[in-house]
Amino acid sequence: MTDATVVPVMSGVLSVTREHDHGGAVIGVAWLLLLPLALAAVAYLGAAAAERSHGRRAWPWYRDVAWSAGLAIVAATLVGPLADAAHEDLAAHMVAHLLAGMLAPLLLVAAAPVTLALRSLDVGPARRLSRLLASAPLRVLTHPVVAATIAVGSLWLLYATPLAAAMRDVPLVHELVIVHVVIAGYLFTASIVSVDPAPHRAGYPLRLGVLVLAIAAHSVLAKHVFAVAPTGTAIVEAERAGLVMYYGGDAVELVLLIAFFAEWYRSAGRRLRVGERRALPGPG
Amino acid sequence: MNETSTLRVTRRTIARRRGFWATFLMGAAVMAAVDEIVFHQLLRWHHFYDRSTTDVGLVSDGVLHAVELVALVAGFFLLADALRRGAVDALTMWSGFFVGAGTFQIWDGLVDHKLLRVHQVRYDVVLLPYDVAWVAAGVVLLVLGLLLGRRADGERST
Repeated sequence: MTDATVVPVMSGVLSVTREHDHGGAVIGVAWLLLLPLALAAVAYLGAAAAERSHGRRAWPWYRDVAWSAGLAIVAATLVGPLADAAHEDLAAHMVAHLLAGMLAPLLLVAAAPVTLALRSLDVGPARRLSRLLASAPLRVLTHPVVAATIAVGSLWLLYATPLAAAMRDVPLVHELVIVHVVIAGYLFTASIVSVDPAPHRAGYPLRLGVLVLAIAAHSVLAKHVFAVAPTGTAIVEAERAGLVMYYGGDAVELVLLIAFFAEWYRSAGRRLRVGERRALPGPG
Repeated sequence: MNETSTLRVTRRTIARRRGFWATFLMGAAVMAAVDEIVFHQLLRWHHFYDRSTTDVGLVSDGVLHAVELVALVAGFFLLADALRRGAVDALTMWSGFFVGAGTFQIWDGLVDHKLLRVHQVRYDVVLLPYDVAWVAAGVVLLVLGLLLGRRADGERST
């Protein structure tokens, strides 16, 4: 019964924090976070346009669409009707999380921002960027096991502990959590599918194993949210949130799985063709 | 038999074996999808989660759910891979499909419903006939798949 004693204390502290804060300042921070998003959009679209006008290879238009859509989705989870609803209702909050933590990262990874950066930067900065990508910290962070642990582990912290209540009551926590899930989701997605170059890409079986465990952990957590409502949430609301997490997660995971297996299929095809050329000399 | 034709025969065997396992995965995943769509969503016989499950049951259900999702996608790509390696006869593919579907159904009926008690076939009814029908349907599918497999072997050896 430790939960029962901790929770009132927690929410007491939290409500005090809320009273002392000014609503206006909170809205300001959410809007402020739109600035880096806008900068990211301008930088990417500008580089893509430059690449199309004088680059050697044309930059495909669908990558621009993916990047813009990904950023727009993140923006929608920070300000606007969905962001407002997310503060009131756990199911709406879950929709925001699915969008920011799973769908937006998938779109951003599909936009291949690193490849675009490497192509459009000057030789010096480009070399620094590729050195950064090969550096030890990024190597660790983009390892599938580490990236999946961060992405799924932080969800468990959020929904299986009193943090869930804090997210709704304490100003700024919602915004910080959104920023965190976007980055964690991006690292996880990038560790599973290779759109951008990764100097130390893990093998297919390892990536598949991590993917299976991550999907399993996600669905178990969804059922946990469904069954054990996070503190301060009505059962009916938690049940809706659990269903959103379960089926919404499935939908995005299906797309990720298709991308992953398509990559494996293509690389197996390349090996098959090489093997054939060696085994059967002559044309054919 | 010269070296090239031996290679072709091995390649066809590999393609056939892969074709079988590809359709096995697809069969299991389709059965899981039927379970999800017909019994959970349309009939609403099953509960999403009836709160009587053990923790082990919940975790194993999560892993099974992940494997189903992966099997569906992996099955399609594995079949495409088998077909680009060589011809796979239709009987082998149907055999794999039904063996996969039957195996999943039996597993679901015995391990998920009875052993781990993830959820039941239906609530507020006498369960036994439902359980028997559930597992019997799996056995029928499995036997059908195995018979098709034997016919495929027979057609190849003649």
